[in-house]
Amino acid sequence: MYDIVEKRILQNDIEWMRVRAPFVARNAQPGHFVMVRVDADGERVPLTIVDHDQTDVVIIYQKLGYTTRQLSFKQEGDTLETFQGPLGKAAHIRDKQHVIGVAGGVGSAPLLPQLKAYKEKGIRVDAILGARSQEYLILLDEYRAICDHVYITTDDGSLGQEGRVTDALKIRLETDASIDHVIAIGPAIMMKYVVEMAKSHQRSVDVSLNPIMIDGTGMCGNCRVSIAGKTFFACIDGPDFAGEAVDFDELIARQSYYKKEEHDCFLRLKDE
Amino acid sequence: MNKIPRTPMRNQDAIERRNHFLEVALGYSLEEARAEAARCIQCKNPRCVVACPVRVKIPEFIKLLLEDALDEAFETIYEDNILPSICGRVCPQESQCEGACILNIKSESVAIGALERFVGDYGMDKNLADKPVKENNGIKVAVVGSGPAGLANAASMRRKGYDVTIFEALHEYGGVLSYGIPDFRLPKDIVKNEIDNLKKMGVTFVRDVVVGKSITIEQLFEDGYQSVFIGSGAGLPSALGVAGENLNGVYYANEFLTRVNLMKARNEPLSKTPMKLGDTIAVVGGGNVAMDAARTAKRLGAKDVFILYRRDRKSLPARLDEIHHAEDEGIDLRLLTNPVELIGENHVVKQVRCEKMKLGEPDSSGRQRPLPTGEFVTFDIDNIIIAIGQKPNPIIKDNTLGLQTQPWGGIITDEFQMTSLPGVFAGGDVVTGAATVILAMGAGKDAAHHMDEYLKTTTR
Ligand SMILES: Cc1cc2nc3c(=O)[nH]c(=O)nc-3n(C[C@H](O)[C@H](O)[C@H](O)COP(=O)(O)OP(=O)(O)OC[C@H]3O[C@@H](n4cnc5c(N)ncnc54)[C@H](O)[C@@H]3O)c2cc1C
Ligand SMILES: Cc1cc2nc3c(=O)[nH]c(=O)nc-3n(C[C@H](O)[C@H](O)[C@H](O)COP(=O)(O)OP(=O)(O)OC[C@H]3O[C@@H](n4cnc5c(N)ncnc54)[C@H](O)[C@@H]3O)c2cc1C
Ligand code: FES
Repeated sequence: MYDIVEKRILQNDIEWMRVRAPFVARNAQPGHFVMVRVDADGERVPLTIVDHDQTDVVIIYQKLGYTTRQLSFKQEGDTLETFQGPLGKAAHIRDKQHVIGVAGGVGSAPLLPQLKAYKEKGIRVDAILGARSQEYLILLDEYRAICDHVYITTDDGSLGQEGRVTDALKIRLETDASIDHVIAIGPAIMMKYVVEMAKSHQRSVDVSLNPIMIDGTGMCGNCRVSIAGKTFFACIDGPDFAGEAVDFDELIARQSYYKKEEHDCFLRLKDE
Repeated sequence: MNKIPRTPMRNQDAIERRNHFLEVALGYSLEEARAEAARCIQCKNPRCVVACPVRVKIPEFIKLLLEDALDEAFETIYEDNILPSICGRVCPQESQCEGACILNIKSESVAIGALERFVGDYGMDKNLADKPVKENNGIKVAVVGSGPAGLANAASMRRKGYDVTIFEALHEYGGVLSYGIPDFRLPKDIVKNEIDNLKKMGVTFVRDVVVGKSITIEQLFEDGYQSVFIGSGAGLPSALGVAGENLNGVYYANEFLTRVNLMKARNEPLSKTPMKLGDTIAVVGGGNVAMDAARTAKRLGAKDVFILYRRDRKSLPARLDEIHHAEDEGIDLRLLTNPVELIGENHVVKQVRCEKMKLGEPDSSGRQRPLPTGEFVTFDIDNIIIAIGQKPNPIIKDNTLGLQTQPWGGIITDEFQMTSLPGVFAGGDVVTGAATVILAMGAGKDAAHHMDEYLKTTTR
């Protein structure tokens, strides 16, 4: 059992939680994630480690379906059934000059520790944060604290530039030749377009892949992704990979195989 | 020599049992057990004992059973095998003790597995395994993984007085016994009972800890553990290596069984981790894992379940009983049939194309090598489950400096089961590759002996 030490509401549907988990905190690094089970018959879902100290680990989650909503019912002082990690390979902090991070939606949570790691290495960092509208943007102050520039895009124009992250990225890549690396974290479709854009502007690009995971330890194989025709398990070989050769169409298809079942499960939550 | 036929074990009705996960084989009554025990001719040089990987004193326990000394019969088994109820159910007896039984020559072997199960269950009901153990000597040892290898190691080390902690990566203990082998072959309360026994003995269990990630082997020593046993099993699924393997609807047996057993998808619609399964299911492989997957699919409501296996019937590595049970339940064995391509539509698998095989010369495993014929056949399917083997998980290897491993990932050990790192021992599937419960258990128990010897020389 793992104690929820602190909980904050960041936005309507996005919450922040600090959980006591010394076994996870001990070796946590940027890029690592945890598998969380809310109660004894809950499913296991992956969430990125956003921050940590000696004993505690911070997660940020968007209330999407059954499990993330079940999680949001929990308050300070409550416990979680499973909090296992740190899992995955730590993000590869490359030798670069100027990195631009691109986050879609709650992808800004996993992106933050990676950009911090670049910043700590003395590398210049910028960020493009995109969301449907203002109420889905989070961590703006945290980004402003480490980035030279933070660019914001919203689909409805409620904050920053109206449009998509790729619109903003295009301008940055065309006008700032010093940018030599892109990191994209967000919905698979967004990462697909960011990768295409980075490639067409001759920049290297890393992505964080988010297939459906069950155990998160390399046992089930459900998290497999194709990269340059080879199969990798995102939970043990990733989740961060060089983006250039990722088969995003396969990833998007695999993410949707259980859509109906997820929806049915969500409907039951309303009954409960 | 005795020609009385073997006492058959009663099974659940084959049609009825397709609808649930209750245990299929019902076990012996006391009368049946006595009748079967009476068939043993008490050989002077029992071949069955030699053929048992942990040398259970078989004729001895059978004699005690006949004399109604059931407590003593249990003690006799328990000295060599701490999991009799489990092994009696899942051991491949036909290639071990029963295969060596002298009665095979003229008639049928004694049903040793069934007798072991009977005595094991008796001991479980009467709590005979719950005995006081040596006082804790304060010397900390760590066990990685709670499968049969880890459980046996922990039990033996605790009996020798050590302060034992088991670290398990998953949220349930038992390894394959919990997440792999389905209830209809091994009811989970039996596994739980064995784990409770270890807890009563004073073994500490910690779950959700992935050794190598949450804590490294080096950090275990920093934290005061004086020796480590790695029993992390072979949990990484092997790929078929054919086109279309990443299509939706293609499952590795591990995912399928994990969803159903560990994540309780069998309780649908209540499970939060469901199992999406169509009507027509192909299962690739011929071992216990393939049989379990096929029979599970049937129980989840699949109409047409067939097994694709590239060799012939006599090469099927699964337990004989399970092959019979599978066939009784309506599972079709398509032998000498090797999948070569998975064909999909809109990213969902629809068909499996197979090559018909024929048998050639024996290969390194002693079985006849399957050879391609150039003749192909295609089956329509809704799902395909790949059950062609497992390898050790790379997490420990990748995060432990200086730990030597085989090219396929197995941990290398010396004759004392010590790895390339001093004080770190290993056993079970992580050393041998996917094998059996009894071999893993034996390896865990033997390693405890070597760890004890090692600790006697290194601690005061
Ligand atoms: C490595 C990794 C890191 C992640 N980090 C974060 C994070 O920091 N914050 C955050 O809000 N989200 C993160 N996610 C996504 C998060 O796991 C899903 O949003 C969550 O599982 C949704 O579960 P649900 O039951 O609430 O929704 P559902 O209704 O079940 O699903 C909604 C969508 O989430 C995805 N999803 C569902 N189940 C899983 C699963 N078991 N594994 C992966 N994806 C799933 C599917 O694409 C699905 O369509 C991460 C995913 C991965 C793989
Ligand atoms: C479906 C199926 C059916 C089978 N049927 C039979 C049968 O009928 N008869 C038979 O004899 N054998 C059978 N087997 C094989 C048998 O179950 C295995 O050989 C045996 O369980 C191996 O035991 P083990 O302790 O070495 O490993 P496992 O049982 O695999 O246990 C290893 C444990 O270690 C944990 N672990 C792994 N990595 C870490 C880590 N880094 N940190 C912490 N914990 C970790 C795992 O989560 C797991 O719980 C079957 C196997 C399967 C999959
Ligand atoms: S989540 Fe199961 S193997 Fe990656």
